Amino acid sequence: MNWEAVIGLEVHVQLNTRSKIFSGSSTAVGAEPNSQASLLDLGMPGTLPVLNREAVNKAVRLGLAIDARISRRCVFERKNYFYPDLPKGYQTSQLAEPIILGGEISLNLEDGSEKTVRLHHAHLEEDAGKSLHEDFHGMTGIDLNRAGTPLIEVVSEPDMHSAAEAVAFARKLHAIVTSLDICDGDMSQGSMRFDVNVSIRPRGEQTLGTRTETKNLNSFRFMEMAIHREIERQIEVVEGGGEVVQETRLFNGETGQARTMRIKEEADDYRYFPCPDLLPVVIEEADIEALRTDMPELPDARRERFAQQYGLSDYDAGLLSGERATAAYFEAVVAECGDAKQAANWINGELAARLNAGEIGIKDSPVNSASLARIIERVADGTISSKIAKQVFEACWQGEGSPDEVIESRGLKQMSDSGELERIVDQVIADNPDQVAGYRAADEKKQKKMFGFFVGQVMKQTGGKANPREVNRLLGEKLDG
Amino acid sequence: MALDRETVAQVAQLARLRLDETESAAVTDRLNEILGMVDELQQAEVADVEPMAHPLELAQPLRADEVTESDRRDDVMGLAPAEEGGCYLVPRVVE
Amino acid sequence: MKLHEQSLASLKAGLEQGDFSSRQLTQHFLERIRSLDPRLNSFITVTADAALAAADAADAARARGEAGPLCGLPLAHKDIFCTRGVRTSCGSRMLDNFTSPYDATVVARMAAAGAVMLGKTNMDEFAMGSSNETSYYGPVRNPWDQDRVPGGSSGGSAAAVAAGLAPAATGTDTGGSIRQPAALNGITGLKPTYGRVSRLGMVAFASSLDQAGPMARSAADCALLLEAMAGHDPGDSTSVDRPVDDCQTGLDRSLEGLTVGLPEEFFPQNLDPRIAEVTREAVRELEKQGARVVDISLPTMKYSVPAYYVIAPAEASSNLARFDGVRYGYRCEHPENLTDLYERSRSGGFGDEVQRRILVGTWALSHGYYDAYYLRAQRVRRLIRDDFARAFEKVDVIMGPTTPETAFPLGAKSGDPVNMYMADVFTIAVNLAGLPALSMPAGQLDGLPAGVQVIGNYFDEARILNVAHRYQQATDWHRRSPDTGGEA
Repeated sequence: MNWEAVIGLEVHVQLNTRSKIFSGSSTAVGAEPNSQASLLDLGMPGTLPVLNREAVNKAVRLGLAIDARISRRCVFERKNYFYPDLPKGYQTSQLAEPIILGGEISLNLEDGSEKTVRLHHAHLEEDAGKSLHEDFHGMTGIDLNRAGTPLIEVVSEPDMHSAAEAVAFARKLHAIVTSLDICDGDMSQGSMRFDVNVSIRPRGEQTLGTRTETKNLNSFRFMEMAIHREIERQIEVVEGGGEVVQETRLFNGETGQARTMRIKEEADDYRYFPCPDLLPVVIEEADIEALRTDMPELPDARRERFAQQYGLSDYDAGLLSGERATAAYFEAVVAECGDAKQAANWINGELAARLNAGEIGIKDSPVNSASLARIIERVADGTISSKIAKQVFEACWQGEGSPDEVIESRGLKQMSDSGELERIVDQVIADNPDQVAGYRAADEKKQKKMFGFFVGQVMKQTGGKANPREVNRLLGEKLDG
Repeated sequence: MALDRETVAQVAQLARLRLDETESAAVTDRLNEILGMVDELQQAEVADVEPMAHPLELAQPLRADEVTESDRRDDVMGLAPAEEGGCYLVPRVVE
Repeated sequence: MKLHEQSLASLKAGLEQGDFSSRQLTQHFLERIRSLDPRLNSFITVTADAALAAADAADAARARGEAGPLCGLPLAHKDIFCTRGVRTSCGSRMLDNFTSPYDATVVARMAAAGAVMLGKTNMDEFAMGSSNETSYYGPVRNPWDQDRVPGGSSGGSAAAVAAGLAPAATGTDTGGSIRQPAALNGITGLKPTYGRVSRLGMVAFASSLDQAGPMARSAADCALLLEAMAGHDPGDSTSVDRPVDDCQTGLDRSLEGLTVGLPEEFFPQNLDPRIAEVTREAVRELEKQGARVVDISLPTMKYSVPAYYVIAPAEASSNLARFDGVRYGYRCEHPENLTDLYERSRSGGFGDEVQRRILVGTWALSHGYYDAYYLRAQRVRRLIRDDFARAFEKVDVIMGPTTPETAFPLGAKSGDPVNMYMADVFTIAVNLAGLPALSMPAGQLDGLPAGVQVIGNYFDEARILNVAHRYQQATDWHRRSPDTGGEA
């Protein structure tokens, strides 16, 4: 049977406010356990929440970016359940009246096609604390520093049909929230977390199959892996004569496997009701308009601009415009060296490969934009060859210094002294009389093939530092003459 | 609306309260007395009436995004029934 | 007059004139607590040393000419208010070992005004009760008849003021918890408009109903206290950003032209006619002073008790979820696993009435019952508010009995929750609407005080205090004190 997967995403995006959504505690990560948990964050008796204006503003910015309806009135509700990382015994969230309704995100897929994914809604809520299982001799330790960090949960419609589409959606959302500067996008710190709803149905079928939810995916790679496996698993179950059970599954990044966390029958009854400690949030039209006029450039607009302004291919423009940090890096390199094409080649090629391999963000790249621009300039002005440029890049990556320092200390400057080069060319001709005779006797077509041998010899003698154009000129003169 | 002991047990489980066998019957009786009184609500004419969650229908005030809290860990950890290394301790949580 | 029979105003004058120091005054009340409270049980915690230190500080401040409006005046806080460094038990085993790391806004404001805290008063557990019998620390006795209840949940505060163990106290009122014990103890208690007094640092029972207020020997004393307690608190989102009216200067305003509404629902067929007569007699006194009386109706009020017993438990079931044995408070011994920790800590830490209300509230919010109970109760709530709004188009204040009966014997209703809930039949509607209301003593039946309730429009505390004060200028019910035996 030909199966179609139906995929919907729920994405928890941590908003990068300075303080928490309902308290004045810092949201910075890495502090000592429970040192950034206020009395409210700890669920102390009598404490009360007051809403952070920036959390609301950042949610509105997201709504504007995805062309959604901003609710002029939204309501916080309590989602009641017991868990040790949930100090009040409820999570303050939104259900019936969320801050953002609808909206859509367009994807440019790898095969060049475009796709639009609709959003159901996005709501504001507070993050929970963390349960720590190591170092507590069989007990669990609770750190509530993260409790109360603002989240916006983005819920898509089940509009995706493959892991690749889901990943493209997640990447695009990542690009949007980082471009808006509402989230730092640091997946390793859990700044974006994905829950994936997957079901399958025979292709052509309209009704949805029973879905499962896989939680705890905090990287694009895990998400892709989990979706692939879940689709396969469901097909196996159904083709084996079984039925998919509605359940929540937990993905384990270490094993790459997911397992059943709880089945629907055991699901909690969350007893949502309007939080009596918080009043309805009223968002004025004027506030929305003020935020609208202050919107930064978004990935789609940037992609178009990059293609036009810098003459980039669609592919290059797409890669460079997605992430705000990448785009900024690219534009900084171009501003220094003036060569957008070379900048694009370097960033999408060498740099991207090294960053990916090291799981390093472009902001933390050991080769900064100024250095990369300098390397490109040094190729352009003939100081180094493009082959040597890779060596320089590598040395800079390893921290050996600036490009010019590396070129100097390693003696990588191209031989521009034609007297010295001429002497080496003469030497090569003198050392290889048979090849020279063969060359001279050959027809033009053969000569072209044989010419490379002499170039190679010269390069070998110069340690690769000779300017290839100069080598060609000199060899041509001497061999033909 | 009358509750049976099984429903009461489910509600108790949701509320993380433990009712032992001997209490359960008496608790169920008391709850049914209360719900009997509460059921008078069903006679009220409430069609087209908006629910009212707050007595004063005002809008939520917003505060500036500023860090105003300092570290209170030393104050609060002394209140914890079980604590280690600044973390609250609970029996192992298995997901 | 003995110090403990004087009003706050007269004690304040005594301090100002140097008749006595705050230390002497504080010592006087501490001595009365020492001798009388072992029997009354109105205090959970007495902070004698801190009180004397605060009294000395107040005396010093006065000497420097820096006396605040409550400078040197002793008072007691209901043990629902968080007090930094002092046990804040909320009448529960759950918080028996809980020392608050911070002060409630009410506590901080009154301290800043110069008040001296004598201690923390007894209360129904988590303010859930109308008799003070649900306290983990045992029932409070009514000083007018020690075999009777003081009412609740602010029963400790009411009994302490009535017995002269404190000249004033704070209380909280979710369904009548200030007004009902005030009535049963012959004192004056004011529940302000919802949002008037900050809830920050008040252990929450039902957040959309809870409101703190003063309990004292007179309306004038309540006015003085309200001004110190009330006002916008940016730390409480439901606190109203609106200046507090001057409640004191208007106290003597004439009642000429005042319209008093008497709702028929406050005088049901089965009401003790003597209770009805106490209210009618009080209203006649106001008429003598120029007030006009009109009959009104609040037709939805009959649903106030059932609506309240859905909404309040629903909010409480969520508010009390934080008491889980993890970060503070009672924790069971040797939990086997997480569920065991939760269930045994909560069932061990909470008393029967609290557990009953958590169960009712959990049920009312649960799947399948939310619409028929919780939402329906919220709709009824709006109808009740609308009833009052219509009434206040015609009248300035609404009056009726505070309670359907005077103090009942200890144990009389403790096994019958629904019967107990009816003790608040006249007070609950006011909380659902969020209106201000005051109870003042207006008579006695068989030697037990009976109270009359004065309900005002939103933020019209000044008006109801004015009405009560004018009444108290013409009568002496509020000056009567129970016989507390040996004199300190």
